[in-house]
Amino acid sequence: MIERFLRIVGSHAISVLRTMGHMLLFLLNALYFVFTPPFKHRQLLREIRFIGAKSMTVILLMGSFTGMVLALQIFYTLRKVGSEAMLGPAIALSLIRELGPVLSALTITGRAGSALTAEIGIMRITEQIDALSAMALNPVRYLITPKIVAAIIVFPLLTSIFDVIGIYGGYLVGVKLLGLSSGTYFSEMEHFVDMQDIRIGLYKALTFGILVLWVCCYKGFYTGYGAEGVSKSTTNAVVMSSVLILISDYVLGSFFM
Amino acid sequence: MKKFDLELAVGFFLLIGIVCLGYISIKLGRLELVGVKHYVVYADFSKAGGIKPGSSVEIAGVDVGRVRSIALDKDYQALVGLEIEEKVKIQEDAIASIRTKGLIGESYIEITPGASDKFVPKNGKIRETESAIDIEDLIAKYAFGKV
Repeated sequence: MIERFLRIVGSHAISVLRTMGHMLLFLLNALYFVFTPPFKHRQLLREIRFIGAKSMTVILLMGSFTGMVLALQIFYTLRKVGSEAMLGPAIALSLIRELGPVLSALTITGRAGSALTAEIGIMRITEQIDALSAMALNPVRYLITPKIVAAIIVFPLLTSIFDVIGIYGGYLVGVKLLGLSSGTYFSEMEHFVDMQDIRIGLYKALTFGILVLWVCCYKGFYTGYGAEGVSKSTTNAVVMSSVLILISDYVLGSFFM
Repeated sequence: MKKFDLELAVGFFLLIGIVCLGYISIKLGRLELVGVKHYVVYADFSKAGGIKPGSSVEIAGVDVGRVRSIALDKDYQALVGLEIEEKVKIQEDAIASIRTKGLIGESYIEITPGASDKFVPKNGKIRETESAIDIEDLIAKYAFGKV
C-alpha cells in the first residue's frame, strides 16, 4: 500500500522533472539560434506584427479602462482620508509596477499565445515541422527563435503603451470627470515615480515575454495527437502561462522591493 | 503591396512603443539622456531625516538638482552630496535646509541663496545648513510645554 503510494509520487515527480528539463533544453536550443547566423529577419518582423502590432487595439482598450477604473476606485478611497492629490502617484505606481506588465502579459497570452500554440501544434500534427526538417530548415530556428526574440522586443513596448494609456485614462476620469486639477495629477506623479519603478516594470515585462512565448511554443511544438491534442495543449499553454505570470510577478515583486 | 504592409505595421508599432517607453522614462522616471551638466557640492546636516538619493533640490521652489549620496562623516554628521545644474551658482553663504512638502509629504532640500560674491566651487561645501524638522520632537515639546 505504502509502497504503491510512494511509487505514484515518485513517478509523478520524475515526469515533472523530466518535463522541466525538456522545456529548459528547448529554451536553450531556441536561445542558441539567437546568436548564430543565419538570422530569420523576415520571420522576426512577421512575429513582431503578429504579437505586437495586432495586439495594440486590445492593449489600448485594456489600458484605458484599467486606468479609468483605477482612478474611480482610488479617488473614492482617497476622498475618505482627504488626500485626493495622491491620485496621480497611486495610479502611476500601480500601473507601472504591477498592472501594466501583468495585464498586458495576460492579454497577449490570450490573444497571441494561444494562437501561436495552435498554429505550431497544427504544423506539428500535419507534419509540416517534419517537412521543414526534411528541407534542412531547422524548425526551432525558423519557428521558435523569431517568436522569442519578437517577445523580448514587443512585451516591454506593449507594457509601456499600456502604462501611458492607463495614465491618460486615469487623467480623463480623475481630472475631467472628478475635478482634480491637472497640475496636481501630473506633478505629484512625477515626484513619486522613480526610474527604479519603471525599471522594475520593464524587467517584469521582459520576464513575462520570455515565459509566455517559451510555454506556448513548447506546448505547441510537443503537442499530442490529433485535433484533441492541439486543443488540449492550447488550453494548457494559456493556463500555465497565466499561472506562471502571476507567480513570477510575486517573486519578482518581492525581489525588487 | 503585402510586403509594404508588413513593414508599415511593424514600424508603426515599434514607433508608438518606443515613444511611450521614452515618455514614461523621461517624463516620469527623470532619465536624463541628453545630460544637463551637473556639479557636486556637499553639505553637512546634523540630521538627514527623510532625504534619500534622488530627492530633489530646490531654490525658490524651482527644481535645480537632486541628492546624489548620503554618508556619515567623521563628526557623526550626515554628509549629503548634491548634484546641482551647472548653470546654477550657489553663493558661499547660502543656506541648505531640509524641508518637507506639506505636513507628511516627501522631504527635499531647499537652498536659500546668500548675498556673497563668492560661489561654492565644485566638490565644495555649503557651510550653513538647517536640519530636518522633527515633527514628533515639536509635538513632544509642545505637549511638555517647552516651546
